[in-house]
Amino acid sequence: MAGFKKKASREMPELSTSSLPDLIFTILFFFMMVTTMREVTLKVKFTVPSGTELEKLEHKSDVSFIYVGPPTDNLRGQFGTGTRIQLNDRYADTREVMDFVAQERQGMQDQTKQVISIKADVYTQMGIITDIKEVLRKSYALKLNYSASQRN
Amino acid sequence: MAKKKKKMPGLNTSSTADISFMLLIFFLVTTSMDTDKGLTRRLPPPPENQEKNMVQINERNIFKVNINSIGKIMISGGEKLECTPNDLARLRSLVKDFIAGKPAPGETKGPECSMVNVPGLGPTLCSDKHVISLASDRGTPYAAYFAVQNELVAAYNELRDERAKEKFGRPYEALNDDNKGAIREIYPQKISEAEPVDYTKKFAN
Repeated sequence: MAGFKKKASREMPELSTSSLPDLIFTILFFFMMVTTMREVTLKVKFTVPSGTELEKLEHKSDVSFIYVGPPTDNLRGQFGTGTRIQLNDRYADTREVMDFVAQERQGMQDQTKQVISIKADVYTQMGIITDIKEVLRKSYALKLNYSASQRN
Repeated sequence: MAKKKKKMPGLNTSSTADISFMLLIFFLVTTSMDTDKGLTRRLPPPPENQEKNMVQINERNIFKVNINSIGKIMISGGEKLECTPNDLARLRSLVKDFIAGKPAPGETKGPECSMVNVPGLGPTLCSDKHVISLASDRGTPYAAYFAVQNELVAAYNELRDERAKEKFGRPYEALNDDNKGAIREIYPQKISEAEPVDYTKKFAN
C-alpha cells in the first residue's frame, strides 16, 4: 500500500527574519538624518520661556549656543546656585564669550551667517543677558536668537 | 583522489539585526531631536563714535516700554502693566496702534509717517520714523523681558500680516521675498534697546 501515508504533523514554517536587518537599518538611517549629535553635556539647568512669534533655527551648523542658568542638581553642591554661563563644556565668564564667538566662527563656512542662540532660564536676571549682548555686539555677532518653546 | 569540492556555506546573517539594533540604540542615545526655535533679534553694531549716536528723536515718535526689576511694565503715558496675558494683549494692541499711526498714550500726535515709493506697491505711507524704546533693569527677570519682546514682535507680525492680506491677498509668510521686503518697508521693525548705563563710571568722571 503505497497509499496515503499519514503526514507527520505539519510544522509552522519559521518566520523569515532575513529582512530584519534591512528594516532596522532603515530606522537607523532615519534617525541619523533627523537628529543632531549632542555636542555638549549640560551643566546648567534651564527652562526656556515660551513665546508665539518664534522662528525655526535653519542651519544648525551656523548656530552656537550659550547656556545660562543655575548649575544642575549634581553640581550644585560644588558650584552653588548662582546663575552661570556655559560655553561648550564648561562654565565661563562673560568676557570669555568673545573668544568663544571667534572660535566658533572659525569653523564656519559663511561667517556672516553666524547665529548665537541664548538658552537662558526664565528666572535669569537681565543683567547677565545684557552683559552677554554687549559682548556679542563688540564681537560683531549680531544675529541673536532667544531660544524658546512654542506656545499657542 | 581529489576531494569533492566543498560548497561554501552561506554566511550566517542572523546577528546582523542585533548589530544594527546596537547602532540604532547608540544613535538614539547620543543624538537629540529637539528642534530649536526662538525669537530672532538683530543687535545693533557696536557704537564707534559716541557723538554720532546721539540722535534727537521727536517725542511723538517714541513708544516707551520700561520693565522694572520685579517684572512690572510701564509704558508711555505712565500706564502700568503686569506680565499677565490680559495686560500683555493690551500692550500688543497699544503698540500695534502706535505703529499704525495712532498717538502713543500721553501724546497728542501719532508717529510721523512719510510717503515712500515702495517697489511693487507705488507710493505708500510708511511708518518709518517710529521707535519703540525698550528699557530693562539689571534685575528684570528674563521671562518678563522675553514676554515683552514677544508681544512687540507679535504686534509687527500682525500688522504685516494684515497689510499683506490687503495688498497681496496672502499672509505675510506666504509671500515671496520681494513682496515681503515691500511690506517690511511699510512697517520696519524698530525696537531700540536702551544701552545699559554704567553708573559707577559716569559718576567717577
